[in-house]
Amino acid sequence: MTEHTVKSYEDELNTLMAECARMGGQAEAQVADSLEAVVRRDQLLASTVVSRDEKLDALEAEIERKAIRLIALRQPLANDLRRTVGAMKIAHNLERIGDLAKNIAKRSLVLVEAEPMTPLTRSIERMGRLVVARLKSVLDAYTGSDVERAIAVWSRDDEVDEHYNSLFRELLTYMMADPRTITACAHLLFIAKNLERIGDHATNIAEIVHYEITGEDMTAVRPKTDDLTAA
Amino acid sequence: MQTKLAAAPEDGPMHLSIDRATAAAPVGEIKITAKDVAVFYGEKQALFDVSLDIPGNSVTAFIGPSGCGKSTFLRCINRMNDTITGCRVTGRIELDGGDINDKKIDPVLLRARVGMVFQKPNPFPKSIFENVAYGLRIHGLANKTEMGDIVEASLKRAGLWAEVADRLHQSGSGLSGGQQQRLVIARAIAVSPEVILMDEPCSALDPIATARIEELIDELRSQYCIVIVTHSMAQAARVSQKTAFFHMGKLVEAGRTDEMFTNPRDSRTQDYITGRFG
Repeated sequence: MTEHTVKSYEDELNTLMAECARMGGQAEAQVADSLEAVVRRDQLLASTVVSRDEKLDALEAEIERKAIRLIALRQPLANDLRRTVGAMKIAHNLERIGDLAKNIAKRSLVLVEAEPMTPLTRSIERMGRLVVARLKSVLDAYTGSDVERAIAVWSRDDEVDEHYNSLFRELLTYMMADPRTITACAHLLFIAKNLERIGDHATNIAEIVHYEITGEDMTAVRPKTDDLTAA
Repeated sequence: MQTKLAAAPEDGPMHLSIDRATAAAPVGEIKITAKDVAVFYGEKQALFDVSLDIPGNSVTAFIGPSGCGKSTFLRCINRMNDTITGCRVTGRIELDGGDINDKKIDPVLLRARVGMVFQKPNPFPKSIFENVAYGLRIHGLANKTEMGDIVEASLKRAGLWAEVADRLHQSGSGLSGGQQQRLVIARAIAVSPEVILMDEPCSALDPIATARIEELIDELRSQYCIVIVTHSMAQAARVSQKTAFFHMGKLVEAGRTDEMFTNPRDSRTQDYITGRFG
């Protein structure tokens, strides 16, 4: 892309996007670590995730402040406008992802109190790894302005939903079989739901990246396997 | 005045992707159609094969760097280029389907249908009243009794009446820059034109006067086809419904203003409106 005639404007836009990418890296680490805390029953790691969430909140506020300043002082247009608004929207999604990771970490602290349920934890781990991979992929699409990659993330949205639905059934089976597991299973169910929501945020980011690069909305209907009734 | 031709024939697809937007835009019927318009100043070609539809009851903005041909093209629409020695225009421009370069068309009468407002306000060295009445007089469009009414209506429509009603017989050049520009617009609309061409009408005005002219343009568009050349991207975005981008004598892209400023198709348009060259 040709550079702006006004160099400081170019710098501001690049800084904005770089901060957004940095925030993405931190959000991704939060999700991965919260998952790790659940799997390894690692209380220290869980506490670290909880305390690090403030940083994400601060980064979002900073990105928003910078974007608003850029809109006010530079009046960005066309792809610059899409990049500016995109950074704000992505930062917002990342902040929500951070909150969900923090919630997973908090629940892992409660789960440590209960007996380990290895098969369920394995399922959570598989789902979590898939979500982290999607998040990583969409953030790579963002930093590399790779529209094909964004579309790939977006179109495989149903994989996470399938994991969630199967985990939901698995958890129900456990709870019906042994009511003493209900507390732990309820927490695991919320963790699964949080992961599923993080996946949705990754899908949102894919849509934002697509619009930012092409100027077009993703028009196709997203694949969806929402079989709540089957559970 | 020319006889309006029957419905203009639809002859094949238009050039570029110009018409992707006009169909969806909330604007009137096509008022002006340019086909392969080229302009030469002596040996030098200033405009290359411009084909563009300009809708009625709307504002169309021409943007582009200096020397890109936007003002040259604007001047083709009321044959102002006729007055420049050595200037030659080829191609076809239709107003309501009729060729404006037809031998039978009197350019003076054409310019009554297609009025023009320039960058610097250019009131005649006459009274405010006479400035507005001038066009009516030379075209013999009104008798003495009608004259006063038309002058008042035009000044009202240009949003100037309240400021000048008590000093109609003072000189027009005593007004402020913004008032003078509105006086010139009143003069242009007094002869009931169908099209108003504006060549950077606000570039000599302060932001408040600019805002008043922009408000006026927005009000006038319900009755006129307005074409505005502007260097201000923000102004094009604020006042127009359709935008055409010119570069090095060529029409690069034209389409709905909202799309042009959020998602231009051509990388040159993108580079220009985002401040990457020009």
